[in-house]
Amino acid sequence: MNLNYGPEYEDFTKEVQKFCKEYSGVIITNKKGGALTSLSSITNSDKSDGAKVSRSEWQKILIKNGYFARSIPKEYGGFGGDIDIIKNRIIAAEFASNRIPPPMGGQGIDMLVPTLLELGTEEQKQKYIKPTLYGEMIWCQGYSEPNAGSDLASLQTKGELIDGNWVINGQKIWTSTAQYSQMMFCLVRTEPDAPKHAGISYLLIPMDTPGIEIRPLVDMTLNAGFNEVFFTDVTIPEGNIVGKRGEGWTVANATLGHERGSLTDPNATMNRLHMLIDRMKEETINGKKVIENPAYRDKLIQLQGKVMAFQSNSLRVLSAKLNKGQDVKIAGMIQKLIGTELRHELEGFCIDVMGELGTLFEGSPNIRDGGSWQFTYMYYLGLIIGGGTSQIQKNIISERGLGMPREPKTQQET
Amino acid sequence: MYFGLSEDQIFFQDNVKKFLEDNAPLDAVKKITEGADLATKDELHQGLINLGINNILIPEENGGLGLDLLFASAVSQSLGEGIAALPFVGPYVIAPIAIKYGASDSQKEKLFNEMSQNLINCGVGFSEYFGSRDSSDLSISNNKITGRTLFVLDVDFASHVMLCDKKGQIGLVSLKSKGIEIIDLTTVDKTRTYKEMIFKDTPIEILDKTKTSTEAAEMALSAGRIVAAADSLGASQAMINKAVEYSKERKQFNRVIGSFQAVKHMCAEMTAELEPCYSLVWHAAHSFDDSHEDSKLMACLAKSHTSDVSKMVSKKATEVHGGMGFTDLLGLHFWFKRIGLNRHILGSPEIVREEAAKAQGL
Repeated sequence: MNLNYGPEYEDFTKEVQKFCKEYSGVIITNKKGGALTSLSSITNSDKSDGAKVSRSEWQKILIKNGYFARSIPKEYGGFGGDIDIIKNRIIAAEFASNRIPPPMGGQGIDMLVPTLLELGTEEQKQKYIKPTLYGEMIWCQGYSEPNAGSDLASLQTKGELIDGNWVINGQKIWTSTAQYSQMMFCLVRTEPDAPKHAGISYLLIPMDTPGIEIRPLVDMTLNAGFNEVFFTDVTIPEGNIVGKRGEGWTVANATLGHERGSLTDPNATMNRLHMLIDRMKEETINGKKVIENPAYRDKLIQLQGKVMAFQSNSLRVLSAKLNKGQDVKIAGMIQKLIGTELRHELEGFCIDVMGELGTLFEGSPNIRDGGSWQFTYMYYLGLIIGGGTSQIQKNIISERGLGMPREPKTQQET
Repeated sequence: MYFGLSEDQIFFQDNVKKFLEDNAPLDAVKKITEGADLATKDELHQGLINLGINNILIPEENGGLGLDLLFASAVSQSLGEGIAALPFVGPYVIAPIAIKYGASDSQKEKLFNEMSQNLINCGVGFSEYFGSRDSSDLSISNNKITGRTLFVLDVDFASHVMLCDKKGQIGLVSLKSKGIEIIDLTTVDKTRTYKEMIFKDTPIEILDKTKTSTEAAEMALSAGRIVAAADSLGASQAMINKAVEYSKERKQFNRVIGSFQAVKHMCAEMTAELEPCYSLVWHAAHSFDDSHEDSKLMACLAKSHTSDVSKMVSKKATEVHGGMGFTDLLGLHFWFKRIGLNRHILGSPEIVREEAAKAQGL
């Protein structure tokens, strides 16, 4: 066991700390983009004395310093450095503890860019990666359909090649940020006669193409976090495909792993635990601080044990990425399940700590922390369901991790 | 940066595991716990001493292996997994750590030398320090001890008992001394022994530094808690492995039960909760070895959280086995009860969490 990153990283840490000091309290002025971005703006909302920069300017500042898109080649708009997981971790940890807005996330950056780097044509890389990194080209993900949720590969949106163009008809749902997006990466059934996994292609669709209709879907936090997207004879060039015809399932699976990893940040969970402790020191019941109440205090330490276990586990997963031959297969598989469930529990407990005050919402008098505990409590219920539900995660852990048999297929499926 | 057990630690851990698999299968454990085969118990103890488990935490200059608590935790996992009906946490973890932090140089020299040659062996009674029950109380004055204490651990092969009073003062009592009464306590877990002890003006040798400092008591208690948590990791892992194996063989409705999501999800839940406990316990052991300022807090979190997860595992793994899980025939209850005892050894979860809160000024 050795938890030191080594002396070569001390200078780097100091450099990042200096940057954080320089940009302390910075405000990002336009908040278009993924729902994760709007979440981080809530948890960073308590400072308002810093410089104001636009989202795109902020992305460029981060890339110039190597704090974002570190390992993406310069020719595609990245920093052009080596892949260095430890440096990424130092950046994330320092940004989190200094409450510096993280780089923009979202599906274009977290999922499409890695996919194009791995499987895109040179022309696609040149055209799409730079504006995406700069936050100037927003992407949405067209995967789920009303009848294709956990069983995603049964999707039915149809793509036909007619006169050198793809003509698309069908419907997608749970499409985050569709209303802000310039582009969608989309799974479409192009080979209706092939077996279900082999009949799908991965297409890139400009959102201003005629025939696309977007209907907002208001979620339980009362935000239109999702949309339904309808396609009627939507026509795009034949070349807007990543990988070959019928390879879309493989292409998409290359990126689902990226999404699952990005949903659960142990630094953010640890920060929220500290905010919870602050709240328990401030809130009172009959004039006595909540933190002095043994029932609440015991529950707090239970949660702290879980958060520490989750954070330690993330260190173990990181270690396996750095040290070849270290096998932590199952420890890595559980992060999405444990991370989202834990965060939901933590946010919910802080509501309990505040009692009736914890139910205040939408700018009510006496509201605490801008209502972020209720918002995040509900938001993480969405994350428990999205990106592979907790139940799907348990299938993955038991089947791939423990080698338990798959559910027998129904006659229709076989 | 490397987070995990080293090759040496895994090697030692595997040796202990293999030794127990070869020499102490469930039938042998059953006989030992029924008191029917004490010769085998002696042999097993000697076998583990030959592997060096008594010397892990004793310095090299005194004939020990000079290893650390992460090493002891790795070994403890194997003992829990193999439900070893033998002492470990008392004589080979708490005693050497208490001596390291509490003894004078001359006491250290003498005690470590004798311990490394297995000339002395200590049962351990720390209940007065973290939570006396049933109005038990010990009082020490003029190098004599008087009173009654409960739940003295690992007296099986002991020549001495190491006792800690409520102020953190630690001393050694030879079991040959006059004025000692020992009463066997029977717990659900027959793989370990607990004693009630009554002393009357019994001579005690106090570890010098513990007269003025609680550091030794705190460090010994933290070490014991981390190692007890590691024992539960091993016992829980054994239960999960058995549940998964059973679910792949047992058929109902013309299918192996492991193909039902209700069963699969129980196994996934057990695994998903237990995996982070490994990380937490190892992290706590590393903090302890590093003398990190958070080591007390980490030990408390590791002990209380692992206790809760292991309790859940012991229930669900039994349920996966259906009616067979409930029988003595399968013997699954040996692991269930081991986890049940570990939960309360050196402090029940609520007591330990309260200490964790105080350790961080809450």
